[in-house]
Amino acid sequence: MTAVIEAHGLRKEFTVRVKVGRLRREKRVVAAVDGVDLRVERGEMLGYIGPNGAGKSTTLKMLTGILTPSAGRARVCGLVPVPQRTRLARRIGVVFGQRSQLWWDLPLRDSFDLLRHIYQVPAADHAARLRRCRGLLDLDEFMDTPVRQLSLGQRMRGELTAALLHGPEVLFLDEPTIGLDVVSKQAVRSFLAELGAGGDVTLVLTTHDLADIERLCRRLVVIDHGRVVHDGSIEALHARYGSRRRVVVDLDEPVAEPPEGAVVEADGRRLVFTVDGPAAPVIARLAALPALRDLAIEEPDIEEVVTRLYLSPGAP
Amino acid sequence: MVDLRPYVALFRGQARSLTSYRASFALELSTNVFATVMDVATVLVLFRVSRTLGGFTLHEALLVVGLSSCAFAAADLAVGNIERIKFYVRTGLLDAVLVRPLGALPQLLLMDLPLRKASRCAFGTGVLVVAAATAGIEWTPGRVALVVAAPLAGMVFFSAIFVVSAAVAFWWVETGEIGNAFTYGGRDFTSYPITVYSGWFRRLFAYGMGFAFVAYYPALALLGRADPLGLPVWVGYASPSVAVVAAVAATAVWRVGIRHYRSTGS
Repeated sequence: MTAVIEAHGLRKEFTVRVKVGRLRREKRVVAAVDGVDLRVERGEMLGYIGPNGAGKSTTLKMLTGILTPSAGRARVCGLVPVPQRTRLARRIGVVFGQRSQLWWDLPLRDSFDLLRHIYQVPAADHAARLRRCRGLLDLDEFMDTPVRQLSLGQRMRGELTAALLHGPEVLFLDEPTIGLDVVSKQAVRSFLAELGAGGDVTLVLTTHDLADIERLCRRLVVIDHGRVVHDGSIEALHARYGSRRRVVVDLDEPVAEPPEGAVVEADGRRLVFTVDGPAAPVIARLAALPALRDLAIEEPDIEEVVTRLYLSPGAP
Repeated sequence: MVDLRPYVALFRGQARSLTSYRASFALELSTNVFATVMDVATVLVLFRVSRTLGGFTLHEALLVVGLSSCAFAAADLAVGNIERIKFYVRTGLLDAVLVRPLGALPQLLLMDLPLRKASRCAFGTGVLVVAAATAGIEWTPGRVALVVAAPLAGMVFFSAIFVVSAAVAFWWVETGEIGNAFTYGGRDFTSYPITVYSGWFRRLFAYGMGFAFVAYYPALALLGRADPLGLPVWVGYASPSVAVVAAVAATAVWRVGIRHYRSTGS
């Protein structure tokens, strides 16, 4: 089986002019994306994350045909993005969290109708897809409102629909939950989960909200300084960067001498251990403690892992 | 063969958007008429001071103004909003355009439908009709064809100028008003018989950039006047070919520009 997205040594350089001295400016070449290899199979849901300026959006722009790579090759749906841009555009959907694909002054209904003509979708297919989105995203209450009057959450639901009406094989989402409130975030996430569960749409999602990833993506690609620093499951990420599970012990009385490796909190009534690897030996040791009231194991937080990943200089 | 239906749909969408701002549309329509009226008024005022302008009488000069403002207004109506490319590049709207399965340039042109400029176009045509009727032209089939073809060729020519000066934004986003020097500057240049200009300035704008072929030479051909600058009469009939050359050049510049954008980003 061939991959839906294939990239080999994808690289994008930008020339920036840096001020040196009072008048002189020096040209410097900066690689925003520095040799990214990526292979995504049909139906995968891929989380693409990294700190600001890591090269996430630039990668997406190269894969969608907006930017020409400086080096490397990319194929999406078997097409080369930039030279075959218009053919590719019919087979992918793109949602930019911060840019709109909709007509500002028109009701959503009209925007959807225009998109049908632009993508030349058969009326029956269009109607069926729209019906599905209307049901899943609760669009009915604002279908006749001009886009400029929609709330961000409503607009994003409209954007998602707009990107799907031509039945794309791959959906690229660049920060689809940015700025949304909790309820709207949930709505977007459950919709994407539902979409991905079908298995025929491939999702590539960049985000700063790791809850998006935990909820949606089994596979996670972390990029930093233009390079892929992790490609695998979330579990693999934890394993690789130390799955710091925490064992939290509450005591009836303050402990006089805290055991080795414990962080003492709440006036000595609480002990916190960070555990690398299996927790059983630690727990066995703690069970012997006098005045033990409660013991909890906290699963590692992906946010914490990623923060450590971003902060570690020269990550592998 | 390019399927035009998606573009027609885009056009309809913009027309529908406009109806959501009726009052401001009416206001813009009237202010735009005012701008064109001023162009013509300037010429009229000049003739209060002098009986001739660069060797041309009032009626002859009006023919030049009519051809010029008709061509410019039509081009401004059709592609004038390409000036906003700076804004599209800066805000990243161009990215949204590039992920649709249509050509980038036609999409950008259809993103804002400046119907308000239609009033200028109508006024320019009015001036041209009046000037052509009162300038004492001896009508031949060739001249009838020319009086129709010249404004159309001028429109294509100005459109090319618009596209080229907008494409500069692909290299320098902060182009400011440089582009206007050639678009609005070009319109002002073509509003007068080129005999009022002199030296390198005339050579550059009239011949180097081709502005003389928008209104001046077609007007001479219509009037049957010999060119005081010595070019033969048939030059007036060459304006469509000049327009074609300009359009081809503009398309090339646009292509290079958008390729540059895609290799540098915003």
